[in-house]
Amino acid sequence: MEKHHINALKEIVGEENVLTSAEDLYCYSYDATPGHAHMPDAVVSPANTAETSKILKLANENHIPVYTRGSGTNLSAGCVPTKGGIVLLMTRLNKILEVDLENLVAVAEPGVIVADLNKEIASLGLIYPPDPGTVATATLGGTVAENAGGLRGLKYGVSKHYVMGLEVVLANGDIMNTGGKNVKDVSGYDMTKLFTGSEGTLCVITKIISKLVPAPEAKKAMMAIFKDLDNAGKAVSAIIAAKIIPATLEIMDNATIRTVEDYAKVGLPLDAEAVLLIEVDGNPIVVEKEAEKVMEALKANHADLVQIAKDDAERDKLWAARRAALPALAKLRPTTYVEDATVPRNKVPDFLREVSSIAKKHNVTIGTFGHAGDGNMHPTIVCDIRIPEEMERVYQAMDEMFKAAIALGGTLSGEHGIGLGKLPWMEQQHGLVTMNAMRSIKRALDPNLILNPGKLVGEC
Amino acid sequence: MTEKITAKDINEQDKALLSDLQDALANCMKCGNCMEVCPVYKEVGKEAAVARGKLSLMEGVLKGSIPLSAAFDAAMSKCVSCKACTAKCPCGVPADELILRGRQAAVKARGLHPIKKKVFALLKNRHLFDFSLRMAGIFGPLSFKKIPGKMAALARFPMPGMDYKRVTAPFASTPLRSQYPEVIKVDRPTMRVGFFTGCTINYIYTDVGQSVINVLKENNIEVTMPSMQHCCGTPVYMSGDVDSAKILAKHNIETFDSYNFDYIVSACGSCTEAFRIEFPHLFHDDPKMSAMTEKLAKKTYEISEFLIDVVKIDKTKLGPVNATVTMHDPCHMARGIKVTKQPREVLKSIPGLHFVEMKAPDRCCGSGGSFSLGNYELSRKINDKKIADIASTNADTVVTSCGTCRMHLTDGLFQNNMNQDALHVIQVLDRSYKAGHQK
Ligand SMILES: Cc1cc2nc3c(=O)[nH]c(=O)nc-3n(C[C@H](O)[C@H](O)[C@H](O)COP(=O)(O)OP(=O)(O)OC[C@H]3O[C@@H](n4cnc5c(N)ncnc54)[C@H](O)[C@@H]3O)c2cc1C
Ligand code: SF4
Ligand code: SF4
Ligand code: SF4
Repeated sequence: MEKHHINALKEIVGEENVLTSAEDLYCYSYDATPGHAHMPDAVVSPANTAETSKILKLANENHIPVYTRGSGTNLSAGCVPTKGGIVLLMTRLNKILEVDLENLVAVAEPGVIVADLNKEIASLGLIYPPDPGTVATATLGGTVAENAGGLRGLKYGVSKHYVMGLEVVLANGDIMNTGGKNVKDVSGYDMTKLFTGSEGTLCVITKIISKLVPAPEAKKAMMAIFKDLDNAGKAVSAIIAAKIIPATLEIMDNATIRTVEDYAKVGLPLDAEAVLLIEVDGNPIVVEKEAEKVMEALKANHADLVQIAKDDAERDKLWAARRAALPALAKLRPTTYVEDATVPRNKVPDFLREVSSIAKKHNVTIGTFGHAGDGNMHPTIVCDIRIPEEMERVYQAMDEMFKAAIALGGTLSGEHGIGLGKLPWMEQQHGLVTMNAMRSIKRALDPNLILNPGKLVGEC
Repeated sequence: MTEKITAKDINEQDKALLSDLQDALANCMKCGNCMEVCPVYKEVGKEAAVARGKLSLMEGVLKGSIPLSAAFDAAMSKCVSCKACTAKCPCGVPADELILRGRQAAVKARGLHPIKKKVFALLKNRHLFDFSLRMAGIFGPLSFKKIPGKMAALARFPMPGMDYKRVTAPFASTPLRSQYPEVIKVDRPTMRVGFFTGCTINYIYTDVGQSVINVLKENNIEVTMPSMQHCCGTPVYMSGDVDSAKILAKHNIETFDSYNFDYIVSACGSCTEAFRIEFPHLFHDDPKMSAMTEKLAKKTYEISEFLIDVVKIDKTKLGPVNATVTMHDPCHMARGIKVTKQPREVLKSIPGLHFVEMKAPDRCCGSGGSFSLGNYELSRKINDKKIADIASTNADTVVTSCGTCRMHLTDGLFQNNMNQDALHVIQVLDRSYKAGHQK
């Protein structure tokens, strides 16, 4: 980037909102993904849509790459400025513009922290369900762009199930509106869904119209411990077959159980092959009934121990194990990859077994936990990125893991997105025809390939 | 502050300082969880202000990707050492300590900031220090305009490093330790404690010191304020000047060890933390000092903690204090020595006192020791949030357990045109004992 570009950017957003010192640039060279870092030429934070539009127009005319960034907590190198250029920091657009109670809709800017939106609407008895592990730091824009999910994804789905409309700025600076407050809307291509999950490669999101839902009145949590992984798998199927959709249905494998126990001492047996944590929510009477049925399904499938939380304090205790999973694993070694391979839910036990044999084969530490109810697994690899020999083995294991997921009819990502991290396997999952179609969309909307170039669909 | 020094230069200067840092830094998985809790990041909004950014800057310096520049210094200084990031971090990265190490590296490589250098030189010379702070007490009224009814004053002339509008407490005309004999006797003492006054209480908030003494006397405890005690060194340490901090620490350790007290008390979370955590840390590789330090560490208590856990005060002697009180937990109480229950228990034992909890009582008030000296505007912004939380409780009194917090809260209340009292927990307890005698 040249000096006059920087000056032009300063004119658009003001001197103090363009960062160019080596120290500041270094701080925007990474996100939460290990192993990817690159310095941008400038970090620019606009105050509104108009400024965003001007920045993109300038970048487009001068073929300067633009990497949109929220809080930079993504796990797919989505906002690493791999080719230099502009990091477009959206955190100053942080206003909740409207909470429309008659339509149960919120209109907000992309820099709003997801947990802040939820705080704002809690007193109205409403929730915005997508709740990634980073809900207290991630931005609405980042979660929508990443199509983020979370713990209650089984019942409530991921971001795309809540985004009703968007205001976006296209690569050339044009401002475009999609969708709106209509509950039913089948007018034309579903651009809203296309942009949701586009990971900063098709547009910059500047406004989000999202659906809100009533907060569940009651919750009930249960935990079951299984000495045999297959029984855990059967219990999951039995719960779903009983037509119960819990808000949360989580699983931890043996490696994770041992690590958690070692670190948090929550009382899990070290020889257990799986722990299931289930939470049902909704109307208090229904919740009681569903909890009973879940308990029956767990017992019928030979759970070795089942516990049900009687009150909030007990619910907290049950959750402690699941909450400790990532911290416990992350503390083992310096580098932590939280992967996101997803399989059809009836294939969860098969996948867990595959992962643990891959881990053994390559002598890498992988603990798997995740959302058993929707098949979204988080095999978490801990290693030390500074040891090249170890990393060779890690990459091998990763490769086999993703191939295994695809072979089981699964997908590379249930919620974290593709970015750069999962790119190598994209064609394997989708085939050339689909990849070409995706690349055509990219080229049509961003002919100069300035938006997050090289990510999601690769070079095109 | 112009020439740039690279990682190679510091490596040559002090390899030991940096060697184990690299591992600690590598443990940060860059998850960004610390963004949620960092009060500085919340105001500044830039990655260089949050722990994740600061740690990666250190990494960058170590790798030689970026220079150890003035901007690096500035980033490291933007931290109130509130430990919120460390408490939040899923990977157990002690970010607040690492940031101090970053400051140390900068100090080693670049030298201390000239103003700080002068102040710290003064700190190290106990006699000169004592003399100049007494002078400040005597001549204080010349440079400070008193605000009626408050233990506070407004700087009349701009002072170096001090914002013009800022409210600080005046220096006491007679320091606490000069107001009393070294040993304060009681009839039939149940125990002998050494009172580490710390600078704030000795030179500024003598009212807190008086309350500590009264309350201990009420409980038949003999109090000694060793005349040779000196500043705990925390501010020096926080600025990255470890060598000076060690000199101060060693002096205090040897002084307190020579008395053979049953217990050591202080009325400040940071002072307690210094005796309990920092001193042992400073001397962990010195076997002789280490034994002495560990022994003292075990005997040291913060005053509320001491009264509740050790003395187990007789609550029937307390008289009514009619006030609505809310409490701010200093960072070094909440996350340093982890004492939050006992001061509440003290308050709740007082008849007539109505205690209301504020939102996020343990969120930093923005003082951060000497942080507010160099970053006053920023520390004000952090403080304004705290003041708003205090206001929403409708309390008439806010209490805390740290002098610098009290000073910063007082300033915040003044700047926001509020007239609540800001006191130390122990002052309220002292009032309650006094009321008990009038019963
Ligand atoms: C410990 C940990 C746990 C996690 N748990 C979960 C989880 O449970 N579920 C889950 O789904 N994810 C999870 N994540 C991943 C991550 O938190 C989410 O992807 C989150 O949505 C990212 O939000 P962000 O604001 O940090 O976005 P960023 O990381 O800043 O950006 C993410 C992507 O969105 C693009 N982008 C950001 N803002 C905009 C915008 N306004 N317009 C267009 N594009 C934009 C960026 O270019 C990038 O590609 C986790 C991450 C960590 C580190
Ligand atoms: S310091 Fe801890 S909380 Fe902050 S980014 Fe690093 S690992 Fe996450
Ligand atoms: S110690 Fe406090 S101010 Fe410093 S980086 Fe951590 S959270 Fe931020
Ligand atoms: S912590 Fe503060 S008050 Fe306590 S001794 Fe140290 S400098 Fe003085």
